[in-house]
Amino acid sequence: MSDGPAVTDAAPPPPPPREAAVRRHHWIVRLTHWATVLVLAGMITSGLQIYQAYARFGNRGAPPFPSPFDGAQFPAWSRLGGWLAGALNWHFALMWPLVTVGLLYLGYLVGSGEWRALLFRPRDVRGAFEMTRYYLRLRKDHPPQGKHNPLQKLAYTSIYLFGALAVLTGLSIYKPVQFAWLTALFGGFQAARYWHFWIVWIFVAFTIVHVILVFTVDPASLRAMLTGRYRGRFPSHD
Amino acid sequence: MTRSSDRRGFLKLAAGASTASLAAACGWDGGNALRPGLLDISRLNDWVGEKILFSSTRLARTYSPAERSAQLPSYFISADMPLLENPHRWRLRVDGLVRQPLELSLDELTRMPRVTYTVKHHCVEGWSAIATWHGVPVSAMVERCQPLAAAKYIRFVSFDSDYSNGWDMASALHPQTILAYGMNDNALPAAHGAPLRLYSPTKLGYKMTKYLVSMTFTDKRPGGYWEDQGYPWFAGI
Repeated sequence: MSDGPAVTDAAPPPPPPREAAVRRHHWIVRLTHWATVLVLAGMITSGLQIYQAYARFGNRGAPPFPSPFDGAQFPAWSRLGGWLAGALNWHFALMWPLVTVGLLYLGYLVGSGEWRALLFRPRDVRGAFEMTRYYLRLRKDHPPQGKHNPLQKLAYTSIYLFGALAVLTGLSIYKPVQFAWLTALFGGFQAARYWHFWIVWIFVAFTIVHVILVFTVDPASLRAMLTGRYRGRFPSHD
Repeated sequence: MTRSSDRRGFLKLAAGASTASLAAACGWDGGNALRPGLLDISRLNDWVGEKILFSSTRLARTYSPAERSAQLPSYFISADMPLLENPHRWRLRVDGLVRQPLELSLDELTRMPRVTYTVKHHCVEGWSAIATWHGVPVSAMVERCQPLAAAKYIRFVSFDSDYSNGWDMASALHPQTILAYGMNDNALPAAHGAPLRLYSPTKLGYKMTKYLVSMTFTDKRPGGYWEDQGYPWFAGI
């Protein structure tokens, strides 16, 4: 009375899965991603309120630095804090979670080895060139890629560097005497303010392009950033 | 299961995003619910600024007089510029937790050790300007009035309405913290706090009390005009 073979013969084969889900984002990545969205939104909006108190760059009495936002007043919906003191208190409170979340994320990338899928390295230059050709329609087929293509790696690597620069320029205008060497490195107090402000627009531009690409190229990646599981076009991992 | 956690994620995201946009839309300083928390964190930042980042020996960079800015804005909180009716009768009062309370005329102050430096002024609003200042170091005043060990702060009071500031002792004793009676090789102008103002290139402008009448040594952290309205208390840079 053997039952093993009989069962195997009788049972129908299980239906093939529609699309295999791959585990893509660790909970630390998802948590830090959405925390960064909220904290950065607070940093930028309180920063615009702070900017309003003196909406230009350069020492008093000296010609101002070139800026399309010279004297600009940003709309009320884009400013957080109500007035300068309120905005400063938001800005200097949110700097703690911003740095904490950034370090937690970087720590995860290093500890898990996940940085390999994200860091743009010299060997990615050729692939970046091929991806550019593809986007410019000079090449028909999508070049093979791992979790991220070389242009994505370039974008992510750059935005981490800009994130670090945002923190360092921020520190150099927060304590320009105690961190005088850092302030001098950025070209002085007003220049550091200038770079700190420009990085905002790089973040804004990055976010707009990032969201557009998610919805037009790989909508499944939004669900992956929420649930951790990915069922999209680019399931392989490098 | 995937679907339900997906929905949860979306709800959380939506809740967070709407909170943030509500906050932004109202020009929100935290409201009654969050403002106290933000002020608590501001006190934590004061502590970090005072105890960890501030160095009692690190000097702010000095410039040559040729680098002075063409202008340095100033303000007062009274309706009209605060002016003394009789400048000769003005005295700086030094009192509180001291062995030797003092009343000093401007003449007596100018006979005390004199410091001159050309430094960058940083306003909390984000502007900066370079100027030269002349005055007597607060540390020289401390040597003369001999504060008690219990004195941890100094309260600087002005005759510009109720403008005042509280300073921690380490910031006050910094070698570049002075009671300034001169600016750009001249007597201190009325617009900048004549006859005497506090000056330090390691603080934001609003900590440097103008139109001084007294400095009181105390063991309780004194508030200040802007500090009581929510601006950072330490304001060291």
